[in-house]
Amino acid sequence: MKLSGSQMVCEALLQEGVDTIFGLPGGAILPFYQTLSQYSAIRHILVRHEQAAAMAADGYARATGKVGVCVATSGPGATNLVTGFSVALMDSAPLVAITGQVARAAIGSDAFQETDVTGVTVPVTKHNYLVMKASDLPMVLKEAFYIARTGRPGPVLIDIPKDVQTEIASFNYPAEVDLPAHRPVLEGHAAQIKRAVKLIEGAQRPVILAGHGVILSQAYDELLEMAERAQIPVVTTLLGLSSFPSPHVLCLGMPGMHGSVFANMAVDEADVLIALGTRFDDRVTGNLKTFASRAKTIHIDIDAAEIGKNVTPAVPIVGDVKRVLQQLLRLVEPKTHPEWLRRLDRLRTEHPLGYHESEKLVTQYVIEQLSEVTDGRALITTGVGQHQMWAAQLYGFKERNMFISSGGAGAMGFEVPAALGAQVGRPDKVVWTIAGDGGFQMTLMELATMVEAGAPVKIALMNNGSLGMVRQWQDLFYEKDYFATVYTGNPDWVKLAEAYGITGLRVTEKEEVAPVIAEAMNRPGPVLVDFQVAFEENVYPFIPPGQGVAQIIETPSGAKESVR
Amino acid sequence: MMERVEQQTIVALVLDRPGVLNRVVSMVRRRGFNITSLAVGHAEAPGFSRMTFVVEGDAPTIEQVTKQLRKLIDVVKVTDLSGENTISRELALMRVKATPSTRSEIIQMVDIFRANIVDVAHDSLVIEVTGDQDKLDSLYNLLKPFGVREIMRSGRLAMVRGEPGAGNGKVRRASRRLASDEELEPQQPAFEPPS
Repeated sequence: MKLSGSQMVCEALLQEGVDTIFGLPGGAILPFYQTLSQYSAIRHILVRHEQAAAMAADGYARATGKVGVCVATSGPGATNLVTGFSVALMDSAPLVAITGQVARAAIGSDAFQETDVTGVTVPVTKHNYLVMKASDLPMVLKEAFYIARTGRPGPVLIDIPKDVQTEIASFNYPAEVDLPAHRPVLEGHAAQIKRAVKLIEGAQRPVILAGHGVILSQAYDELLEMAERAQIPVVTTLLGLSSFPSPHVLCLGMPGMHGSVFANMAVDEADVLIALGTRFDDRVTGNLKTFASRAKTIHIDIDAAEIGKNVTPAVPIVGDVKRVLQQLLRLVEPKTHPEWLRRLDRLRTEHPLGYHESEKLVTQYVIEQLSEVTDGRALITTGVGQHQMWAAQLYGFKERNMFISSGGAGAMGFEVPAALGAQVGRPDKVVWTIAGDGGFQMTLMELATMVEAGAPVKIALMNNGSLGMVRQWQDLFYEKDYFATVYTGNPDWVKLAEAYGITGLRVTEKEEVAPVIAEAMNRPGPVLVDFQVAFEENVYPFIPPGQGVAQIIETPSGAKESVR
Repeated sequence: MMERVEQQTIVALVLDRPGVLNRVVSMVRRRGFNITSLAVGHAEAPGFSRMTFVVEGDAPTIEQVTKQLRKLIDVVKVTDLSGENTISRELALMRVKATPSTRSEIIQMVDIFRANIVDVAHDSLVIEVTGDQDKLDSLYNLLKPFGVREIMRSGRLAMVRGEPGAGNGKVRRASRRLASDEELEPQQPAFEPPS
């Protein structure tokens, strides 16, 4: 079959099961767009800025488990994707990006809208391609999707010169790839599995640290079975949230910089730490010298390079979390640790996760109410900062894979496009995005995209008129010199919502919170709720960067236990 | 010459695709690894290149370099030669100041080191020497008093003794595949091999 390069891309998308892509056209990608218009089975969602295309594709990918696809033109179009790539690379989201490039003859001549996109994106993609002839496209497309979703998932970019998009060549979509260098190990090594089982069975104070890998490999059942059978409490990293049900008696929530005292103490006192699909980010470990210093660590990850990078494990296991857990479950016997669990219960009672209760409207209260009203069953996306940490602490996830956030990259502005992508991918779910007024203003123009796409995302804007987390650091480390963190010219959010033709609601009092959340969910289409929350509120507990659990700053006295 | 720090040799077999050197170097740079030398050339099978790295660092660092290299899609096989019985060679060209009174002494030294004189000018010689780092350093130190005007070193090449070359099995497997698959026919080489 003879096809143009553009047709090849469309055919490959169909073959890969892609039905939705996010993008914004421009000169160098126009041949592809004019071909795409003939393919009605592929829905194109027109974003307002390419960054949102990458981030929406990421949100879509994380919510559905499928590969997310984004498209942009050459030069600025492609470079606008870059932040999205760094998010997807850090958080292991499967992404394929297709970018236009100037025609082959113009490459290297500083042509209009020419940027060395494969050069620019080498450090922020898992792999990338510059396709110099149409006959290479079938294998490149096949490889790109394969690389994006296998092993540790990540973003893959395909840069296609304009004249390659129109070049005709024979198309035969390969059934398989044969990449000698990319063959992920899925099964754990038998000897290491035995050593791990021995450690687990001998453990007096075991803890499971569940990361994003549990969600990516869909190892929910196996994690639950392991925790219950061997009575092992579970802490989850930020991206591991919703891999294990929050209300479960063995769930201790999130450890780390803004983790609870009991989750951090559990890791600190553990004698065996079973780390599943996680890379020991500094926000989890703090000072590596004091992190889990009493524990022998079993580290299970599909990315061999993560094993031994930050923490030297007693038992390293390279493999897919689900497969390795299945291997372990064939051997692990039921066990109880009543004393250990009692100890953790006591810690939980003595150091509850909470906040200073007052008459003021605070973000923590809004998130608790959101958790209540949605019964812990909404899909939550967040930006980055205080609201993100409070969402991680206080939203009680009852369902699987319901939390989408930029963990590793910490990219503000992720919340809105990620929610758009998640809602498009999961139209059956109630999607709430918890946003701050800082990050929200980085991508809020995508409200228009939500309207066009018919994505009824509900936005909880935690409006404190400032860059809250930065302001918190200024409070704690820079003598309250609130320089460049306070907004004095924010718009009227309700009017802004109305300008986009969506419902805008405003909440200033505590008693309005629950009813307005309920109202937002009853309104059709996107809703923006402006929660006017207190300005000077800090996230606790807080382990200052580079320090350990001994330096934890607890919630100020007078804190009440959270509803969770 | 330079102060000796802990150095290890790593050999990587890579697909000879455009940009592969950039990917490797970009990874090394962004992760802050310290490379003393990097030598690149074609491998025995078409479509493959072999890179020899001399890396500074302790054992965990070397392990990280090895693992991060393996993560790159175009890298087929990585062998850490630490602790292996290896042959390692480097080539250096040195332009040495030579006057009628010093020339014969220099030539004597060149003979002792089994080096070659590859160019003679009225006031200088170009010496080609091959060997391990110690040999090259020793010759350099002996020639220094005469005035070494220019030195150029190829970087280390290394191979395990008595074994088939690192990654041969994979080359054979992969080259069979390449031969049967036109789409993956290697495009123009990403870089010129040193002759």
